[in-house]
Amino acid sequence: MTILEVKDVSVIYSDDKRVAVEHASFKIEAGEYACIIGSNGSGKSTLVKGIVGLVPITSGQVIHQLSPEQYAYLSQITEIERDFPATVREVVLTGMQRSARRFPFYTREDKKKAAEAMEMLSISDLADYRIGNLSGGQKQRVLLARALCREPKLLILDEPCAGLDPAITAEFYSLIDHINKEQGVTILMVSHDLDQVEQYASHIIMMNQTVEFDGDHDAWCRRCAEEGGHYHDTVN
Amino acid sequence: MTQLIEALSYPFVQRAIAAGVMISLCAALLGVILVLKQYSLIGHGLGDVGFASTSLAVALGLPVMAVSIPIVVVAACLIMFWSQRSKTGGDTAIGMVATGALSIGVIITAMSSGFNVDVNGYMFGSILAMSRDDVVFSVVLSIVILVLFILFYNRLFLITFDENFAKASGINVGFYQFLIALLTALTVVMGMRMMGSLLISSLIIFPAVIARKLVISFKAVAVLSVFLSVICFLAGLALSFEINLPTGASIVIINLLLLVTVTIFNKLRGK
Repeated sequence: MTILEVKDVSVIYSDDKRVAVEHASFKIEAGEYACIIGSNGSGKSTLVKGIVGLVPITSGQVIHQLSPEQYAYLSQITEIERDFPATVREVVLTGMQRSARRFPFYTREDKKKAAEAMEMLSISDLADYRIGNLSGGQKQRVLLARALCREPKLLILDEPCAGLDPAITAEFYSLIDHINKEQGVTILMVSHDLDQVEQYASHIIMMNQTVEFDGDHDAWCRRCAEEGGHYHDTVN
Repeated sequence: MTQLIEALSYPFVQRAIAAGVMISLCAALLGVILVLKQYSLIGHGLGDVGFASTSLAVALGLPVMAVSIPIVVVAACLIMFWSQRSKTGGDTAIGMVATGALSIGVIITAMSSGFNVDVNGYMFGSILAMSRDDVVFSVVLSIVILVLFILFYNRLFLITFDENFAKASGINVGFYQFLIALLTALTVVMGMRMMGSLLISSLIIFPAVIARKLVISFKAVAVLSVFLSVICFLAGLALSFEINLPTGASIVIINLLLLVTVTIFNKLRGK
């Protein structure tokens, strides 16, 4: 079942008329672990921002089979001021906020789901810590817990490991794999870590403004063999 | 001390205290969001716009609040809009709006000098400036602001902490930004009679900055800001009666002293 379709999407930045994404098309099926790869400036991050509505799409269509309630977005590691007053628990709970809901306060059920998400990501003991004081890896786990507590069907991640050290990165990818396999959450992730992508992804999309490659893991390996490492060089 | 007790028996002082407590409360709550979103100067810019609108209202012989509220609300929305559109242009926009408004206010005052205008009162506030209607209006408006803040508390926290996540969740961020601008404008208009248009932003900025140094959760900062704001208002008012100082400035000085104390306390604790 297709849960997301990107149809001939182009994104042109209005301020400098730069073409970030040109006629990109692909489909994401339920249950996939899909990764979008590509060099810096290939438009992969912009495309994902377009998909979640953070950047306006110039032409084409993004067809969501899911409502915004059913997918969750995790961005690149953002600067959180060290002394920003927000505890881990407060941040994770914001994942329970939905656009459609009218009741303004968190219910007991919301709090339970947030607690479960923290438990699953082993951050329960950090619940009352200030988020600004955590390490980069811990912060991403908190933001992942926030994305997961609403029990999304699709998790969209934009280079979640940029700036993290290799050991933490490997752990994070394995965690995403676990979420994909055990909980049946479809993954769409923009990534720079080719080794991890090749280890885990079931669907690989390579961007260079437009979609240069779109296929499953085996097709990717065949293509790489044919190209003799050229693709790897491009991405890295 | 006797002056203080004597002062408390005057109805206008009691009214001023009631309105002042409510305004301090609203300013502190909004301040938490404005300070964390680095919009602190909006309050200051709006104070200056409030000065211009006060001058205009007095020159035209119209009620100050009725003239000021629409003008300041429009200015707040414009500043919010500009701040959003350009990353670096926000403080420049506020700087221009503030000085432009101040100049217009001064010119209006100069041209209407026959009206015996109390410019000093507009700029630095006067507890006597609040009429009975002003007080009633301020208390009612404060209650509205409080209710809205509590109702939208979770959303406001989300937008303050992570606007992009809110947008990606399908939440109408623009609406809440407009709400913040509107409530800030109303608070500034209410507060500027008492604090003065040049000092009103202190009520917004100081309590949040002090509270943030003491507690770590957003909720705790919101609650503590309100508490500190009201305490500083009452202490400042008492000080102004005791040694006959301008009220607004006394409140700012108390806030400043508290900030210095808390900063030294944190340094000593090694934080």
